[in-house]
Amino acid sequence: MSPQTVIFSLDSLAFERDDKLLFANINLAMSSGEIVQVEGPNGCGKTTLLRIISTALSPTSGELRWHGQPVTRCRLEYLQNLFFLGHQPGLKQSLSPEENLHWWRRMNTNDSQLGNREVLASIGLCGYEDVPCYTLSAGQQRRAALARLLITKAPLWVLDEPFTAIDKQGVAQLEQLLMGHVARGGMVVLSTHQDLGIDAVRRISLPLMAEVS
Amino acid sequence: MGQGFSAIFYRDLLLAFRHRGEIANPVIFFFIVVTLVPLGLTPEASRLAQIAPGILWVMALLASLLSVEGLFQSDYRDGTLEQLLISPQPLYLMVLAKVLVHWLITGLPLTLLAPLLGMMLSLPKAGYLPLVLSLFMGTAVLSLIGAIGAALTVALRKGGLLLSLIVMPLYMPVLIFGANTVQRAVDGFPVAGPMAIMGALLAVSLLISPFATVGALRVSMHG
Repeated sequence: MSPQTVIFSLDSLAFERDDKLLFANINLAMSSGEIVQVEGPNGCGKTTLLRIISTALSPTSGELRWHGQPVTRCRLEYLQNLFFLGHQPGLKQSLSPEENLHWWRRMNTNDSQLGNREVLASIGLCGYEDVPCYTLSAGQQRRAALARLLITKAPLWVLDEPFTAIDKQGVAQLEQLLMGHVARGGMVVLSTHQDLGIDAVRRISLPLMAEVS
Repeated sequence: MGQGFSAIFYRDLLLAFRHRGEIANPVIFFFIVVTLVPLGLTPEASRLAQIAPGILWVMALLASLLSVEGLFQSDYRDGTLEQLLISPQPLYLMVLAKVLVHWLITGLPLTLLAPLLGMMLSLPKAGYLPLVLSLFMGTAVLSLIGAIGAALTVALRKGGLLLSLIVMPLYMPVLIFGANTVQRAVDGFPVAGPMAIMGALLAVSLLISPFATVGALRVSMHG
């Protein structure tokens, strides 16, 4: 597939909450190998936009398109190609990182040959595979959730603040992971306040509209 | 296809096992009330026997209502509900798995304990089998119906009262026919009729309730 082909696009998305316009007219066209960083001040709707992209939330108007088709029509196909990590890491606190990875892996389609322990070791959780997640630090919990990135086969990654609570070394590793993913033709949409150490990141800014209106 | 079902089923069973203290709560509640009834009303066997079917059924209903509130709450808070909703697996089966686990840790223990509790309330012999059978089906219906209410109120800060208001009217038929099954058996009438209605309630709620729950979860998440 030529890199110019638009695979995933947002079509004049708008979202209203409690009669207040959070954002409007968001357009984005992504082709393989792109990273898009969603920026904006606190409360401008970054998390909301990413949750709309994940289909956990529906936009007030506008639509998502996957290969030109509205996602509402090809929902299952879209979900099979989507990896979403939200604001909440989606970890069960009383389960260990390995058990968390196990249930997540079975719920999602992937055919990764990597074992759970290998994955956790390479994300820096060696020795913590079997302890309950509530005993882990915030950064370690984030790593336990990010371990899913190593086994997912989905081309579109949607990450909400993936760098939160992670140390410098971990940030570098995650950036490597993102670059490797786009080098293989994947796509990444992420929100972060940090400056990424990756070139060729496209940025879209969300203005703080709630105050203006 | 069944992968989502088994993934959630085993995960929730494991979670229930890790929180053994919490899952014992409905059973302990059931036990306490049944112990208190003879003390508060009368220890006289003949009068206890009259009210035993009703008391046992009301307690089973309340125990189920108390525990169903948490069905989706922790999943909602830690973000795993979101992962469930966007998983490419059928949500119907995953919700069914969650409800099944809920029944296994609340309804089933109550059902199995019921004969013992019946004995404490001097339930006549003829009532034991209908009690167990009606609770077996009835508690499953209660879990299925309760799941709809739990899904509707999951995003609310204090949804407990609202949950009771939503779910109570739907619980009524289960209570009426459940208690009636046992009462009829005690009085020496055939119980096939009310038992069949319990079975019908179970079949209908098994088919419809997961759909309603899935819809309610989507509404709650979009709020």
